[in-house]
Amino acid sequence: MKKSLSQRLAILSDAAKYDASCASSGSGRRDSAKSGGLGSTTGNGICHAFTPDGRCVSLLKILLTNFCVYDCAYCINRSSSNVERARFTPEEVVWLTLEFYRRNCIEGLFLSSGIIRSSDHTMEQLVQVARDLRLKHGFRGYIHLKTIPDASPRLLEEAGRYADRLSINVEMPTVAGLEQYAPQKKAGGIRQAMGEMRLKIDAGKERSHTGRRAERFSPGGQSTQMIVGADAASDQDILASSANLYGSYGLRRVYYSAFSPIPDASALLPAKSPPLQREHRLYQADWLFRFYGFAFGELTAGRADGMLDLELDPKLAWALDNRALFPVDLNRASKEMLLRVPGLGVKAVASILRARRHQAVRLEDLARLNVSIRKVRPFVQTPGWSPGRLTDRQDLRSRFSPAPRQMSLL
Amino acid sequence: MIRYVLTLEDSADFEPWRDMARAALQRAIPPEALDWRIRDGETDLFGQITDNGDGLEALTALPVVKTVTLRASCIALLRDLLCHSDPGRFALAYRIAWRVQGNPHLLDVVTDVDIAKARIMVRQNREDCHKMASFLRFREDPVQRGEGQDARRRFLAWFEPQHHILERIAPFFSKRFTDMDWMILTPRGSIRWDGKEVVYSPEPCERPELDDGFGELWDTYYASTFNPARVRTKAMRREMPGRYWKNLPETRLIPQLVAGAEARVRTMAEQELQPAPAFHERLRARETRLVTQVPDMAETLEGLAAQVRTCTACPLHCPATQAVVGEGPAEARIMVVGEQPGDQEDLAGRPFVGPAGQLLHEALGEAGVERGALYLTNAVKHFRFRLQGRRRIHQNPDAAHVVACRPWLEQEIALIRPKLIVSLGATALRALDGPGMAMSDVRGTSWTVGTGEKAVRRLALAHPSWLLRLGNGAQGGSERRHFGEGLSRLREFLDQPGA
Repeated sequence: MKKSLSQRLAILSDAAKYDASCASSGSGRRDSAKSGGLGSTTGNGICHAFTPDGRCVSLLKILLTNFCVYDCAYCINRSSSNVERARFTPEEVVWLTLEFYRRNCIEGLFLSSGIIRSSDHTMEQLVQVARDLRLKHGFRGYIHLKTIPDASPRLLEEAGRYADRLSINVEMPTVAGLEQYAPQKKAGGIRQAMGEMRLKIDAGKERSHTGRRAERFSPGGQSTQMIVGADAASDQDILASSANLYGSYGLRRVYYSAFSPIPDASALLPAKSPPLQREHRLYQADWLFRFYGFAFGELTAGRADGMLDLELDPKLAWALDNRALFPVDLNRASKEMLLRVPGLGVKAVASILRARRHQAVRLEDLARLNVSIRKVRPFVQTPGWSPGRLTDRQDLRSRFSPAPRQMSLL
Repeated sequence: MIRYVLTLEDSADFEPWRDMARAALQRAIPPEALDWRIRDGETDLFGQITDNGDGLEALTALPVVKTVTLRASCIALLRDLLCHSDPGRFALAYRIAWRVQGNPHLLDVVTDVDIAKARIMVRQNREDCHKMASFLRFREDPVQRGEGQDARRRFLAWFEPQHHILERIAPFFSKRFTDMDWMILTPRGSIRWDGKEVVYSPEPCERPELDDGFGELWDTYYASTFNPARVRTKAMRREMPGRYWKNLPETRLIPQLVAGAEARVRTMAEQELQPAPAFHERLRARETRLVTQVPDMAETLEGLAAQVRTCTACPLHCPATQAVVGEGPAEARIMVVGEQPGDQEDLAGRPFVGPAGQLLHEALGEAGVERGALYLTNAVKHFRFRLQGRRRIHQNPDAAHVVACRPWLEQEIALIRPKLIVSLGATALRALDGPGMAMSDVRGTSWTVGTGEKAVRRLALAHPSWLLRLGNGAQGGSERRHFGEGLSRLREFLDQPGA
């Protein structure tokens, strides 16, 4: 019996949820005020709901189909899995997107698909959805398309014209991991696709000498995802891989997805709860790279096993390993150094820089900037406050560590 | 001290406050002497309360003692501030306006008590706008306006904002939901859009009954996109505080989703391994049939290219995108050997497409040589770089990389059998002729290697990326000329009959 739309929605959103990417940002501002039609992008993205796993619901994240010719061990849709299979027609996806959008449930669509028949056939279907949304329905909301490796350049170009963001997942932090778990995927092919996209994205930003804009190509850039905890890669391996991805392909985001048990899991993978804390630390490290001027290597340099500290956030752990650089004079230090002080965020640093041009910033002022005095105290000095020997105390680390939990007797 | 009572409506209207504040500032009335109040039922009932102070009339009766100006940035802050629902906002706004008169930089002192407070309130307004854009839900009213092609669908929403933000957020909705009519009702008034203009009304509204039967599909999506293996309700509550839940129907599902999560994960863990579906076996069987072996000996350029792409002879293949193989006709008489692919070549998978390649291309054009007549390749096939933040910085290959890559270059030479091999830069020179020669000695010179049938002309030129680094100064200009002269020999060589 043919499954109802609702049943298929359940199957195909369940099949898509292991992709952590949710951003509806990075594409600049666009709206329907002059053009008519439906939809806008705000530049920063909007989350329309949150599920009890703490993740946001921003885009309608679904697969066109969960039939797949690949057999990637970590994936719920691998060909050897007995999950229920279903497919949408492109028209159904268009309809669902528009109706959810009109009710302000979503920012747009994140469409991916299992690989059916050939790369080109699959990609053609994804592109058709994006094309219909844009051209037939005047949809100006956000569209994120997964690109299929080895799809023809013509389809990639068309995808870039309609999508705000394109992505292709590297899946595993190391080539060896990919060979082990995703025998049909080729690391080389994935990198080539990302290289091609980077060239097209860069070209899309350029203007000719007459000021004419190049043809639009994925203005929100590209992103990727790595699965954490399925293979033996250390945090250092993962972050080295990220560094290369950001540097080589100008990615907007690298997502880290703690490997999570799936129904009918492959025997290759142990069923264990996802390493959420590890995932969290990796995101923090990623943040420090993107907004705080840290190099990934610095964050794992002090760690013998190449793993980030699970108890302390990576910036604090780094500061404790590099105490010779502290305390930092809040009124004299450079912006770069202020950004390295544990407890000071990008906004707090901007506020300090702004305020100190007119009057000295004191420790108690920081409370009004929403900064935790307890956290910054050992690392800063201001008129009226010097941490003295506090910075060098042996037990400084334990002051920040979470309180020890009593072991369970059971 | 005389105190003046100033009464305002509980709204975000800036102008009434501004007029009163201006009048007070012009009369040098300090903040302590003003009692800002919000009109409520009580004052309406008794007209006005003047038991502990005088009203606006008494204040305006005083003589003006000074002129007052406020910068645009200050006015913008105060406008934002007055959208807040805190009854103390009028007094805070006046205190800031008063203090700015003596300290024009006050707004920059973000650590100041008043400024910090104002910034927090402005942030709360922005958050309120953001939450409204996020958590408001439209429901369709089955009655459409107009008919046929011009029919406009109608939608209705209910939201309870914390602050007076309706007029502020209205453009977001009108620019997004342009092709439909809609109305947003709130306890602080309503906004309505008909495709032409947004109409705001301060009249408080009642919560309407909303159901268009579409909620079920959304519930299905919401429940399915939740991953039971990673329950983190604290993170959810931080982003979606409980006060919004009553107007978000999908949140009804949260208790049952959380309660059932553990059992679902347990079921996954305990599930016994099942035989793979039949189509999996068929797919894998087909896959084994399709695997083609890469031929051992490369007898064509394509075969060689396929082999080079799988090369792991040195560590350079790890971070690189791909091996960049040579490009050009198999019968080319001239082969040009560069150093290694650069950033652009690595991404595109083709040699000489980056800035250095462009310079080469231009110089070839000036010398009258077609790029298509040459076989272009590199001594090292993978890009060597170091990462600096988000950039890749080119690094020269080591001797070991050149040695590891040499067999590929030798096979290219063996397949093409060029009569002239041009080396660009020191790395190519080293790869072709060994470590004995210094670039500075041979740059621009030409010689013959081998004898008889096997004789090959060699020409050593600078690498175009070196020319780029020299820039447009005197040295750059003269080296660029030498480079062009060197390339013109290619033209001469191609013109020789039977060479």
